[in-house]
Amino acid sequence: MRPVILRPVISSATAPRARDRSPTGPAPLELRAEMYRAQVRVRYFEKEAYDLFLQNLVKGTSHLSIGQEAIAAGVAAALRPDDYVFATYRGHAHALLRGAPMAAVLGELLGRQTGLMAGKGGSMHLTYTPNNFMGSYAIVGAHLTIANGAAWSAQYRGTDQVTAVFFGDGTTNIGAFHEALNLAATWKLPVVFMCENNLYMEYTPISQVTAVPRPAADRASAYGLEPVVVDGNDADVVYQTTLEAASRARAGEGPSLVEAVTYRHGGHSRADPGKYRPDSEVAEWLAKDPLPRYRERLLHDGVESSVLDRIEAEARAEVDQAREQAKAAPVADPADVERQVFADGGATWRR
Amino acid sequence: MGQVITYREAVAVGLAQEMARDPSVVMIGEDIGAAGGVFKATAGLLEKFGPERVRDTPISEQAILGAAMGAAMTGLRPVAEVMFADFVSVCHDVIANQIAKARYMTNGQVALPLVVRFGNGGGLRFGAQHSQSVESWLMAVPGLKVVVPSTPADVVGLMAAAVRDDDPVMFLEEKALYPTSGEVPEGEHVDQLGTARVRRDGADVTIVALGTMVHRALAAAEQLAAEGTDCEVVDLRSLVPLDVSTVAGSVRKTGRLFTVEENPRLCGWGAELASIVAEECFYDLDAPIRRITTPHVPLPAADSLEDAAIPSVERVASEVRSGLG
Repeated sequence: MRPVILRPVISSATAPRARDRSPTGPAPLELRAEMYRAQVRVRYFEKEAYDLFLQNLVKGTSHLSIGQEAIAAGVAAALRPDDYVFATYRGHAHALLRGAPMAAVLGELLGRQTGLMAGKGGSMHLTYTPNNFMGSYAIVGAHLTIANGAAWSAQYRGTDQVTAVFFGDGTTNIGAFHEALNLAATWKLPVVFMCENNLYMEYTPISQVTAVPRPAADRASAYGLEPVVVDGNDADVVYQTTLEAASRARAGEGPSLVEAVTYRHGGHSRADPGKYRPDSEVAEWLAKDPLPRYRERLLHDGVESSVLDRIEAEARAEVDQAREQAKAAPVADPADVERQVFADGGATWRR
Repeated sequence: MGQVITYREAVAVGLAQEMARDPSVVMIGEDIGAAGGVFKATAGLLEKFGPERVRDTPISEQAILGAAMGAAMTGLRPVAEVMFADFVSVCHDVIANQIAKARYMTNGQVALPLVVRFGNGGGLRFGAQHSQSVESWLMAVPGLKVVVPSTPADVVGLMAAAVRDDDPVMFLEEKALYPTSGEVPEGEHVDQLGTARVRRDGADVTIVALGTMVHRALAAAEQLAAEGTDCEVVDLRSLVPLDVSTVAGSVRKTGRLFTVEENPRLCGWGAELASIVAEECFYDLDAPIRRITTPHVPLPAADSLEDAAIPSVERVASEVRSGLG
């Protein structure tokens, strides 16, 4: 007898979902249009978040995914609503594409009562468990081990839920990465380890601080896994790769380690203008911007430009509305400071 | 009449009671299955519940604690073993940054009904990296509950309470107490977290102790009784929640407070307790509060050194004597 204790799953109208897919076939055009929508939503959201920084409405720090949207879109489209997702502090994209309401995500960045966590988490800890978005984690590498736990739970409960966990290239050099990969491989846990290799660990080129050229893939063999490197600026490729990895995981064949190569258009965080990167390198990657590239491909494959125009207009309107909602919301409630430390809802440590 | 079992056996009895009741209770840790645990505290559980519920892991404390956390977030009630409590320092990120804070940071979206078991404390001559009492480290992190049982009955009852609790509970088993015996109640036994117990009634002095030190405080109280000093001994049992009302009630009666702590001096749990009592029971006190602790040193290995470091029965008795003036 195994207990089946599933959290409620609410699918979101705005999150792209795979339909009628097969592990090997190409994504249907309709789904690919949704992947375009996903990338546009993230791009517009992140630009808005940046603007709000400049207006000093977003405090603390924040890490944007501009340039990296294709990975988020491809993975989100390949997962099932009941799968688990874990992200890093660069997690706005993954929260949104897992269906977290945009106004609540922006509200969290702005420190509002209506924020996704009522202002208690901030940009780096976005979490939306109604859709099994199990959190964004700000200690590099820690969440790989936690993702294993969700996968272990699914394995024990006998479901075929998969856990997808995003992390940066810098994570491959921290001890928790090794512990997590080894355990996942040994226990054949249903995890898709998705390395978003944007070539820089914070401010330093990953190549300068890593003993092998491909920070994730070149470590795969140590865990008996296949080395997989994909174009992280191509949502179709990421989608296919994720679908295959998830399919293997559901079949009990264990984890996959995917290195998706991409580039962030901006700096590491709010405080970082990213000036340490050569102009030629930035130019080269801006030319590989996933959004215009995907738009061109969809047009070529027969999607009407009016459809894509409408997607862009809808995303613009959604972001504008989210911004106005978030700005109008009351600031986080000081009474919340001593709430939700413990399961009784409070912070009482004595009796 | 209950059965007399060892503190070590009580760990497996408590776990088995909960695992039989609730299939979402699962265990992971190094050598806990086939080997029955490095301290043999989980012996027999693999045979009883199978390898899916009693799962051996690599030497990877971060992976163990992370797995427990992720499993707790998704419907299980894991019990993870960290073996020697000193090893908490190699997985303190998962405990202090992740497990302790997830509910708060997510504004209650995430529940973490998990237990972390540790072999805590000295007395076994293992030296500075396998003998520490880490309860005060854990007590300092908001979001954790911290339990230290001193008897086999409390091991069973508090383990059951810890497993059933919806918060992360750090369950510190005292290594020095594993071979000690005591009676456990017949049938299902579930205790309450955050409750201290008066182990010995007395009128003159309150001695508050935890874990192994409870037994030393009780032995010292017997010596002092022979000299005419009537000590009340309070077994704290839990640091978070902290049962201030039981301690304050005792201090109001006796007017004198001594703490007996195995942890090194600075920021030990007794300092917090002394501060609370000083604030809330100042006018009930007839003498300064005195803390009896291990000095602020790493624990040494040799018998004579470790014995000199950790509060002994004689030292407790002598400090109480001198504190009486």
